[in-house]
Amino acid sequence: MSMSTAATATLAVTKVDAPTIEYGKLSPILIIAGVAVVGVLIEAFLPRPARYRAQLTVALVGMIAAFGAVVWLARDLPDDHRGSVTAMGAVAVDGPSLFLQGTLLLIGIASVLLIGERRLEPAGGDAFAPQAAAAPGSQQEKDAAAAGWTQTEVYPLTMFSLVGMLLFPAANDLLMMFVALEILSLPLYLLCGLARRHRLLSQEAALKYFLLGAFSSAFFLFGVAMLYGYSGSVSLDKIGVASAGAMDNDALLLIGLAMVAVGLLFKVGAVPFHSWTPDVYQGAPTPITGFMAAATKVAAFGAMMRFFYVALPGMRWDWRPVMIGVAIVTMVAGAIIAITQTDVKRLLAYSSIAHAGFILTGMIAMSDAGVSSTMFYLVAYGFVTLGAFAVVTLVRDARGEATHLSHWAGLGRRSPLVAGVFALFLLAFAGIPLTSGFSGKFAVFQAAARGGAGSLVVVGVLCSAVAAFFYVRVIVLMFFSEPKVDGPTVVVPSVMTTAAIALGVAVTVVLGILPQPVLDLADKAALFVH
Amino acid sequence: MHLVYPLVLAVLLFGIGLYGVIARRNAILVLMSIELMLNAVNINLVAFDMYLRDTLHAGQALTLFVITIAAAEIGLGLAIVLMVFRNRATTDIPELRELAEHKEGSV
Repeated sequence: MSMSTAATATLAVTKVDAPTIEYGKLSPILIIAGVAVVGVLIEAFLPRPARYRAQLTVALVGMIAAFGAVVWLARDLPDDHRGSVTAMGAVAVDGPSLFLQGTLLLIGIASVLLIGERRLEPAGGDAFAPQAAAAPGSQQEKDAAAAGWTQTEVYPLTMFSLVGMLLFPAANDLLMMFVALEILSLPLYLLCGLARRHRLLSQEAALKYFLLGAFSSAFFLFGVAMLYGYSGSVSLDKIGVASAGAMDNDALLLIGLAMVAVGLLFKVGAVPFHSWTPDVYQGAPTPITGFMAAATKVAAFGAMMRFFYVALPGMRWDWRPVMIGVAIVTMVAGAIIAITQTDVKRLLAYSSIAHAGFILTGMIAMSDAGVSSTMFYLVAYGFVTLGAFAVVTLVRDARGEATHLSHWAGLGRRSPLVAGVFALFLLAFAGIPLTSGFSGKFAVFQAAARGGAGSLVVVGVLCSAVAAFFYVRVIVLMFFSEPKVDGPTVVVPSVMTTAAIALGVAVTVVLGILPQPVLDLADKAALFVH
Repeated sequence: MHLVYPLVLAVLLFGIGLYGVIARRNAILVLMSIELMLNAVNINLVAFDMYLRDTLHAGQALTLFVITIAAAEIGLGLAIVLMVFRNRATTDIPELRELAEHKEGSV
């Protein structure tokens, strides 16, 4: 701490070469970041009526371009499918990150279509408050609604969140991972509080999500500090090298591992860090719930796999038993609590918790098959979830979305198509053959069984059976009970929501009947760069 | 200076923050407790950085990121708390029970 130390430090710094950044390899992330910034500029400079179209166009075109960049990068991967690290080792461009980025961008496109939907509200407008800062029911809010204002800021916020999500599974050091985690989360906290209907619920959801999210990122950071103290680096590779030789129980390493895992498990909504999930999923505007449920899970599982597979493969005998326990508790709790739910959005929230358990099952396998099956499951699950929440936005009564399950009674007689599509999604959640859910569950259970986690597979199959019970119960309710007289109606959406639901249906059916091409793609993409 | 002193200080701060998040009712105080936890991490990072004599100063760099992001986070958090306060005239977390398990089909 003396002058001399400071002087040496300065000298050492001058020797460091200027960092190089391969912009081409980061192009998907950079394109979406650019789109988000352009979105902010649109808010600043375009007149209000022109913003909606401009935002929607820029966001969709940007995401399609970024998807093209992902495909281009994936074709450029060498034949042995090993990727490379870029930006001085901070970002990995390898199979898993490109596969998950592609998935995230497709989910993002479908989500923006849902967010942009403007046919559902009888008074016009989208799912978001006309002026989020105005108190519900106040004159200010009425004026804003009468003037036809909308918060088109949701598009740049969604894009910023997507930047974080694209970066999260690709982050190859803990600093980048933390920054990505926060870029991903902060816009989502805000988006949760912007619902047009049930404003108080929505704001409460935002506050709860924010407090618990900030709390968990503090845990994540504390773990990062511990791992840095243990290995002297925040790079996942170097932590991997340092932890590979850990024979004695090193406290710093174990504490760091546990606390980073807490932060990541919170983001995926695994028990016992799941308590925010039902509240936030219920309170948030439904298009945002769909986006959050599908995309956050993909990004967070990607980051979690990279963390465990690259940084801590040598510690697997320490973390695997704990993660097996977490997976079992998550599956059991998600499936059992879901049975008692009476609200569709809460039901889907608990179902997403159970699915987090199934996805963990694949991750625990600690093999290439584990990675590829987990990624396949994430694709299957993401599109089913998005589709299911899209259907929820359509079933409405005078007070907005009719999310109470009793309102859904007899929906199948009133509008067989919508109820049929929802039934398909529920069957996919349950893992019935010929849907994507079956292929995904089969793949993760097979990988887990080969990886030596047989107990997990038994619990997983039993939980699937329990879960199938409440999914089928909803289907029975929709098709075999009398519709209520004052029941909700199904609003006919514009082509945007229709396209998002159609994408969900298509992925569900195609991955159910012909899963092999995507399984092969996931297999090829299963190697993490070291 | 021995590494243990800053680490113990950091753990104590983190513990106080943890207690605050769990025990405090007021959302603002919960936010302050979270800040305490983040600052405990900063102490840790700087202490490890000095202890390891890291030439790249990854720890100090990370600390700067944490400070910046914590500032953004607190700004956003206060905005959300303010929004809730204006609508309910309270920021007591236990009173925010519209979204909870027991309510039969809350709308």
